[in-house]
Amino acid sequence: MKRRALWWAIGLLLILAGMATAADPKVGGTLVFGRGGDSAGLDPAFETDGNSFMICDNIFDQLVLYADESTELVPGLATSWDVAEDGLSYTFHLRKDVKFHDGTEMNADAVVFSIGRMMKEKNVKFAGEPPAFPEKQPPAEYWLSMEMDDTIESIEAVDSHTVVFKLKRREAPFLANMAMDFAAIVSPTAAVKYGEDFRSNPVGTGPFKFVKWVKDDRIILEANTEYWDGRPYLDQAIFRVIPDNSVRFLELKTGNISICQFPNPEDIELAKKDPNLKLVSQPGMNIGYVSFNHTKPLWQDKQIRKAIALAINKKAIVDNIYYGLGQVAKNTIPPTMWGYNDDIVDHPYDPEAAMALLKEADFAGKLEAAGQDKITLWSMPVPRPYNPNGMKVGEAIQADLKKVGIDVELVTFEWGTYLKKQRTQPPEMDLFQLGWTGDNGDPDNFLAVLLDGMADPNVRTQWKNEDYHNTILKAKQANSKDERIQLYRHAQQLIHDEVPLINVAHSLVVWPELKQVQNFKLHPTASVRLHKVWME
Amino acid sequence: MTTTAAPLKNSAAEAEKSYGPLTEALLRLRKNKIAVAGIIIISLFLVMALFSQWIAPHDPLAQSLYDKLKPPVWDEGGSWSYPLGTDDFGRDLLSRIIYGSRISMLVGIVAVSISLFFGTLAGAVAGFYGGKIDNIIMRLMDILLAFPSILLAIVIVAFLGPSLRNAMIAIGVVSIPRYARIVRGSVLEEYAKDYVQAARALGAGDVRLIFIHILPNCLAPLIVQTTLGFASAILEAAALSFLGLGAQPPTPEWGAMLANGRALILRAWWAVTFPGLMILLAVLGFNLLGDGLRDALDPRLRE
Amino acid sequence: MSKFILHRFLSLIPTLLGISILVFFMIHMIPGDPAEMMLGERASEQSLKELREDLGLDKPLYVQYGLFMARLFRGDLGRAYKTNEKITTEIAERFPATIELSIAAIIIATIFGMAAGIISATKQYSIFDYTSMVFSLIGVSMPIFWLGLVLMIIFSLNLGWLPLSGRLSYHINLETVTRIYLLDSILSQNWPAFKDALWHLIMPAFTLSTIPMAIIARITRSSMLEVLRQDYIRTAKAKGLGPVVVYLKHGLKNALIPVITVIGLQFGILMGGAILTETIFAWPGIGKWILDAVYARDFNAVQGGTMLVATTFVLINMLVDILYAWVNPRIKVS
Repeated sequence: MKRRALWWAIGLLLILAGMATAADPKVGGTLVFGRGGDSAGLDPAFETDGNSFMICDNIFDQLVLYADESTELVPGLATSWDVAEDGLSYTFHLRKDVKFHDGTEMNADAVVFSIGRMMKEKNVKFAGEPPAFPEKQPPAEYWLSMEMDDTIESIEAVDSHTVVFKLKRREAPFLANMAMDFAAIVSPTAAVKYGEDFRSNPVGTGPFKFVKWVKDDRIILEANTEYWDGRPYLDQAIFRVIPDNSVRFLELKTGNISICQFPNPEDIELAKKDPNLKLVSQPGMNIGYVSFNHTKPLWQDKQIRKAIALAINKKAIVDNIYYGLGQVAKNTIPPTMWGYNDDIVDHPYDPEAAMALLKEADFAGKLEAAGQDKITLWSMPVPRPYNPNGMKVGEAIQADLKKVGIDVELVTFEWGTYLKKQRTQPPEMDLFQLGWTGDNGDPDNFLAVLLDGMADPNVRTQWKNEDYHNTILKAKQANSKDERIQLYRHAQQLIHDEVPLINVAHSLVVWPELKQVQNFKLHPTASVRLHKVWME
Repeated sequence: MTTTAAPLKNSAAEAEKSYGPLTEALLRLRKNKIAVAGIIIISLFLVMALFSQWIAPHDPLAQSLYDKLKPPVWDEGGSWSYPLGTDDFGRDLLSRIIYGSRISMLVGIVAVSISLFFGTLAGAVAGFYGGKIDNIIMRLMDILLAFPSILLAIVIVAFLGPSLRNAMIAIGVVSIPRYARIVRGSVLEEYAKDYVQAARALGAGDVRLIFIHILPNCLAPLIVQTTLGFASAILEAAALSFLGLGAQPPTPEWGAMLANGRALILRAWWAVTFPGLMILLAVLGFNLLGDGLRDALDPRLRE
Repeated sequence: MSKFILHRFLSLIPTLLGISILVFFMIHMIPGDPAEMMLGERASEQSLKELREDLGLDKPLYVQYGLFMARLFRGDLGRAYKTNEKITTEIAERFPATIELSIAAIIIATIFGMAAGIISATKQYSIFDYTSMVFSLIGVSMPIFWLGLVLMIIFSLNLGWLPLSGRLSYHINLETVTRIYLLDSILSQNWPAFKDALWHLIMPAFTLSTIPMAIIARITRSSMLEVLRQDYIRTAKAKGLGPVVVYLKHGLKNALIPVITVIGLQFGILMGGAILTETIFAWPGIGKWILDAVYARDFNAVQGGTMLVATTFVLINMLVDILYAWVNPRIKVS
C-alpha cells in the first residue's frame, strides 16, 4: 500500500516535470520582425510613430508599465507610488540597483532629466550634480499633444530614489500618461554625450540593448542579460523593413522573418491554411467614426443626426471593407478598455425609421433653407489604422444615404490638407470621417480628446455639450477608479442619445507568425514587446 | 533580317525613279517588317480602344464578389465567362484590359500633344531668334533634362495631385526638351539655307517663315520622335499609376491594375501577368513603328 | 584640354542653380502641410505652430530659399522632417545601396549588351542577329516594375533560387565601411556575406539592367557595323589577320566611342529606374527614400535627394563629354 502510494507520487512528479519542460521557455535564438516602414528615431521623447515606438518599447522602461495584455498599470522602474490627498502630487519610489545599458545607474536624477527635458519651463530639482539639458532639441510632439505642460508643475528628486511630480491641476489620467512611450527613462549620460544623435544611439534600462541600425533595412537588438525583470529569452531581435505587404508576407512564408506586421487582408486566408504559420490577433485600441459639422445649423437637430446613424449599414462596411478585420462599434471607446458601457444598445440599421425621422424633422426643408440640394461627406484619402479605406467606406455610406433620399457628394483632399481643412470646420463640410488610435488606455484619451469641444478648440468634432463637458471634467478629477467608471458610462450614454458622431468600427489587428514563435502577444497600445517571447 | 534588308534596298532604288519623297518613304515602310509588325500591334490596340464597349464581355467596373479571383479559362477552375480570370473584386480581367487600352492610347495622345506643341514652339523660337532667347530656352531645357524623367514626373504629380490627368501633364512636360532640341537643330540648319533667306528678303513674316518654310522640313525626325514618344508616355504613365500617382482605382489602367495585382501575387498570377504584358506589347508596338519610321524617313540613318 | 574642362565645368553653375530653384519652388508649392502630416489626428494648433517654427516653414518662401542656398554652400542640406537626421547623413546611409545596384546593373548591361551587339554585327542577318535585335526591342519597351514582379514569381516563389527582397539575410553579419556590401565583404574577407549579398543583388540588378542592356546592344551593333565597313578593316582582313583580332582589336576599339557615351547616359535612366526597382525589391536605397519623402511631404529630403540625383546626372554627363573630347579631339572646338 505504502509502496503503491510512493509509485503514484513518483509518477505524478514525473508527469509534472514533463509538463514543466513542455511549457518551459527556451533561452536563445533570434526573432526577426518584419514591418512596413523604418523607425524615424529612437529617442522616445521625440517620436510620434508606431514604427519608432515598437523599438523603444524594448529598449526603455517607464516608471509604470502596462500589464502584458491590457492597459492596467503595473510597477515599472517605480516599485510603488503615493498620490497626495488633493491629487496634486505624485511620489514615485524607484527600483534600486537598476543599471542603464551603458552601465550608469538609474536613479531619481535620471527620471528628472528624462521627463524634465520635455518641459517648456524646466521647473526641476536634481538630487545630485544636475546634468546639462541639451540646448537644441526638436519639439517633444507627444508631450505637447498630451498637454503635459498644462499638467505638470514641477519635478523634484527628493533623494537618490524618490521623485515627486507636482501637478497644476487634478488629472486622473496622469499615471496612465507616465506609462506612455514618451515618458520613458533614458540614460542622462548617454543623452548628453550623443546630443541629437541620441535618436540613433538609444540607451535605456529595457530588456534589449541597441546594437545597430541600418537605415531602411534593419535594426538589431541584443538581450540585456542584466534586466531587472529577468533576462529575455531571445538572444537577439531584428526588426526588418519590408515595405510591400505581399513581399513581407512571402518572406514570412519562406521563414526569413518570424512575424509579419500588417499583411494584406487577402493573405490572412493563406496564412490560416499554411501549416507553418499561425495567427495572433488583438482588437485595436481605436475607433473609426463619421461625425457632423456641429458649427452648421443644419446638424443641430439630434433627430436628424440619429436618422443618419440609423441609415448607415455598419455591418456591411465591416464585412466588405474591413474584410471582417474589425468589429462594429457601438461606443466610442473600444470594448477592451475599462469603463466600456456594454449596456448600450446600438442604433439599428433601419432605413425606414431613418426616413420617418428625417421627415418628422423636416430635413428636406432645412436642407433647402441652407441653400443645398445635397450634403458632402469628407473621406480620408489614405488608409489609417482604424479604417483601411476611407474612400470605400465613403462610397458605402453614400449608397446607404441615397436609400433614405439624401444625395451625398464625396469630398477628399491630400491627407495633410484634409486634416488642416477639417480643423477649420468649413461650411462646405457636412459629414466627415476620421478616427483615433488610443495612447494610454485611459477612456479620457478617447472621450475628452474626441468630443469635449467645450474644453479645447483642437477637438476634431467641436461638439459642445454642457452635461458632457462636466461629466468628463469630473472624471478627470475623480479620486477613485469606480467613480471614474460611472462617469464614463454616463458619458457614453450621452453620446448614444445625442449622436454627436456615429461610431463605425474598431479595427482588429491580425498578424501571422511562424509556429515556432511562442508567447508573442499583441498589446492594445500596439506596442511590440519581445521580453517574454521565445523561439521553439 | 536578311529578307528585310535586301528588298528594302531594291525598293528604295526603284522608288527613287518614279515617286515623291513621302510616297517613297511609305513604300520603304511597307517593306520594313519591323514597322509592319508595329503597325499591326498598334492597330489591334486602337481597335480595342475604339470599340471597347462592343468587344469587352463585361463592364470593367462591375464587381461580382462570387467570382473573386477566378483563374483564366485554361487553368483549373477557369471558365469562358472570364477568359483571363478575375481580380479580387470579381471584375473581369479581359474587359479591364480592353478598356485599359483606351486609357493608354489617351495618355499617349494627350502627353505627346503637350510635349509636341510646347517642344516645337520652344525649339522653333529658340532656333529662329537665337541669341539670348535661345540661350534661356535651351538652358531651361537642360535643367529639365538634368532629372531622370520619372523622378521629375513624380515631383510634378506630387505638386499637381495624383490623378490620371495630372500624370499625363507631367509626362508631357517631362519630354518637352526632346522635341525642342530636334526642332531647334532643324531650324538652325534650314534657316541658313538660301530659300529661307530668299523668302525673308521677299518680306515673309517670322511666323510665316517658321511654319510654312522651316517646320515642314523637320517633319521626318519629329514624326519619329512622336511615335517613340507614344511608347515612353505609355510606359511612364503605367509606372506612375503603379506607384499610386497616376490613374486612381477603380480606373482600369494597366499600371494601376498591376499595383492592385501585386497584393495578389501569391494567389492570382494572372492579375499580375496580363496587365504587364499589355503594357509591354503596346510600348513595343510604338517602338517598332518608330524604329521602322526612322529607317524609312531618315536616309542618313539608312544602311 | 584643360580649358575645355574648365569651360564645361563653369557652364554647370547656371544649370545647377536653375535646378535648385526649380526643385525648391516646385516642392514647396506641393499642396499638403508637412506639420499636419506628421502630427496626424492628434495635432493641436499649439503643436502645429511649434513644429512649423522648428521646420522653418513659418518664414516666407524666398527667405526659406535664401536659407536653403546659404546652407547648401556649407554642404548642409538641412534635416529630414521625419527623422530629424541630417539629410547628408541620410543620403550617405542610402546612396551606397543605390550605387551598388546601379553599377551592378550597368556592368550586366554592358557585358551582355556589348556581347550581343558585337556578335550581331559580325554575323549580320543571322538568326542570332535577328533574335538579339528582337529581344533588344522588347527590352527597350520593358515595364521593369512588371519584370521585377515576374522574376520574383519565377525565381523566388516557384524555383526558390534567389532571395525575395533586401540586401542581406538576417543571419549574416557584416562590418560595413563603404556600405557597398560586395566591397565590404571583400574588404573583410567575409565570403559567406559576399555570396549572400551577391545572391540578393542578382534579381534587382538584372531588372534594372534591362533597358540599358537593350540600348547598348543596339548602339554597339550599329556602331560596330559602321566601323566594319571602313577601309582599314578591309585592309586588316586582307592582310590575313584572323577574324577575332580584326573584330575585337581594330573594330571594337573604334566602335567604342559612341558606346561609352551611351553607357554614361544610361546612368541617368538608371537613377529613375532605381526608384521602381528599389520599391519592388525593398532595396534600401536613395530612390525609394525620395519616393517616401514625396509621399510624406518631407521637403528637405525631397530637395536634398533630387538635387543629389540631378547633380550626379549632370556631373556624369560632363565626364562623358570630357571623355568623348579626349578620345575624339575634334569635338573640343565646338
